[in-house]
Amino acid sequence: MWENQYLKRLLAAPLLFLAACGTGSQPKPEAAAVQNLPAAHVDPATAGSITGRITFAGTPPAMPVIDFSSNPQCERAHKTPWKAETVVVNPNGTLSNVFVWIKDGLPPARWDAPSEPAHLDQNGCIYEPHVLGIMEGQPLEILNSDPVNHNVHAESKVNAAWNESQPPRAEHKFKRFDSAEVLFPVTCSVHPWMKSYIGVSPHPFFAVTGAEGTFTLKGVPPGTYTVEAVHEKYGRKEGKLTLEAGGKATIDFAYGS
Amino acid sequence: MEANNPYRRGLHRWSILLACCTLLLVVAGGLVTSRDAGLSVPDWPLSYGKLMPPMEGGILYEHGHRMVATTVGLFTIVSMIWILRTERRRWLRWLGVAALVAVIAQGVLGGMTVLFLLPWWISTSHACLAQLFFSTTVAIALFTSDWWLAGPETIHEDERHPIRGLSLLAPVSVLGQLALGAAARHKAIGTIFHISFSPVVTGVILWVSLRILLHYPRHRELRRGAVTLLGITFCQVFLGIAAYMTRIAYADAVQPMPLMVTFTVIHVAVGALTMAASVALAILVRRNVPAISSGFAGARAVAAG
Ligand SMILES: [Cu+2]
Repeated sequence: MWENQYLKRLLAAPLLFLAACGTGSQPKPEAAAVQNLPAAHVDPATAGSITGRITFAGTPPAMPVIDFSSNPQCERAHKTPWKAETVVVNPNGTLSNVFVWIKDGLPPARWDAPSEPAHLDQNGCIYEPHVLGIMEGQPLEILNSDPVNHNVHAESKVNAAWNESQPPRAEHKFKRFDSAEVLFPVTCSVHPWMKSYIGVSPHPFFAVTGAEGTFTLKGVPPGTYTVEAVHEKYGRKEGKLTLEAGGKATIDFAYGS
Repeated sequence: MEANNPYRRGLHRWSILLACCTLLLVVAGGLVTSRDAGLSVPDWPLSYGKLMPPMEGGILYEHGHRMVATTVGLFTIVSMIWILRTERRRWLRWLGVAALVAVIAQGVLGGMTVLFLLPWWISTSHACLAQLFFSTTVAIALFTSDWWLAGPETIHEDERHPIRGLSLLAPVSVLGQLALGAAARHKAIGTIFHISFSPVVTGVILWVSLRILLHYPRHRELRRGAVTLLGITFCQVFLGIAAYMTRIAYADAVQPMPLMVTFTVIHVAVGALTMAASVALAILVRRNVPAISSGFAGARAVAAG
């Protein structure tokens, strides 16, 4: 909102000049190529689904209770101690907040993003959800339900990173990510415990595990796919599967401490 | 030249005040990094579009840093004007101007690091320039003191234990160590480089200080300078160990832990003091131990002739 773009460009000019002298101009990656691809088409008659569970073996690490005291209004929002969500192991032994997506195997195509936005809320000085899946080009609506100021810093590497303030009762912020990027942090430096993750998928076949530790990818065309699970602490795991026309395929991932 | 430059108590006291405020500014800047508050105010030079944003959470540290910095900037302007109006020493007039240029450059680097989302090389430059600026303010306080104006108390360089060249090695290696520390803090390199280099810097400081204490023991200023540098370095090594231990202990923390922040920030501030003390000692050595150039120059001239 108060980003001084003009000032930033003014300061950037000599740096960009140096960078240009040093490396030469680099062509913009893929973005244009995706635009030229044929629109994706899924035949509902042959589409199937991929499901799975993310299990967690061993003793879950104890999560620290967050100290909200540096901002009393955040502290007041929590009646009971609030633990960090770095590792959330469900009572059924599964792992929450794992981003799952089809990493490879879909024919090259341009998938249209839904027009309704994905939501990221700042509530009680905590991000909701902790891990968010969104499609390339899909709007992201960022809310501030708190009576305090936040800054929202998208620490993306493939997509251009940004950092903007969001005061209480400010208008919702709308953002978009134009390139696939699976899992980058979104952080707030006013409240250094605030950290969430966003996975940007180039197609609609992604999910984030919740309280059951399961995921379902629906309407997937038949094919052989590499499915990847990504957890902020325990990292990436992938597996291959073949989905028959109109069929159901299952793939589970096992994490542990 | 220096003898006919009168001592100005006001300017000297002002210079001391500026150096003290700058040390405070180094602490404020160190707190921003240690509290992860560097991006809590996304805009610059205004904060949340205002001169005075609500001082909550990380904004307290980031905006507080900006406020102390503005004060130091204004004080530096006053210093420069004061020096330009009253000083006869040309090099000190230039140093006054250089200080102002440095503090302005420092402000711009600080703004850039916010607008470009803390790229490591801008943040590290900001940290290093901070150290150089603090040493400059300490040097100005030294140059405006009455005992400086009273003139040097020269002592011959012991040819078997030369000190003039060696005295420069201390500030250079301390600056290198500060740069490694800053680069580690801004995640450009691992802490291992800062840790591995610490015996080297400590060794250089020991070498310089002990050479003075052993071979120039009767010179009061040099002796004091060496003891001060040794004392500060001694504290700094232990603070560094403490800062590193808290960092390891809180490796899994999801927010900056107070004990880690405290040790790290004190380590940064005492780092600034180490730098300033090594610079001051080098200045004292170069002033009180004149180069044996006259003899050499004469010898060379004869040889050449
Ligand atoms: Cu926040």
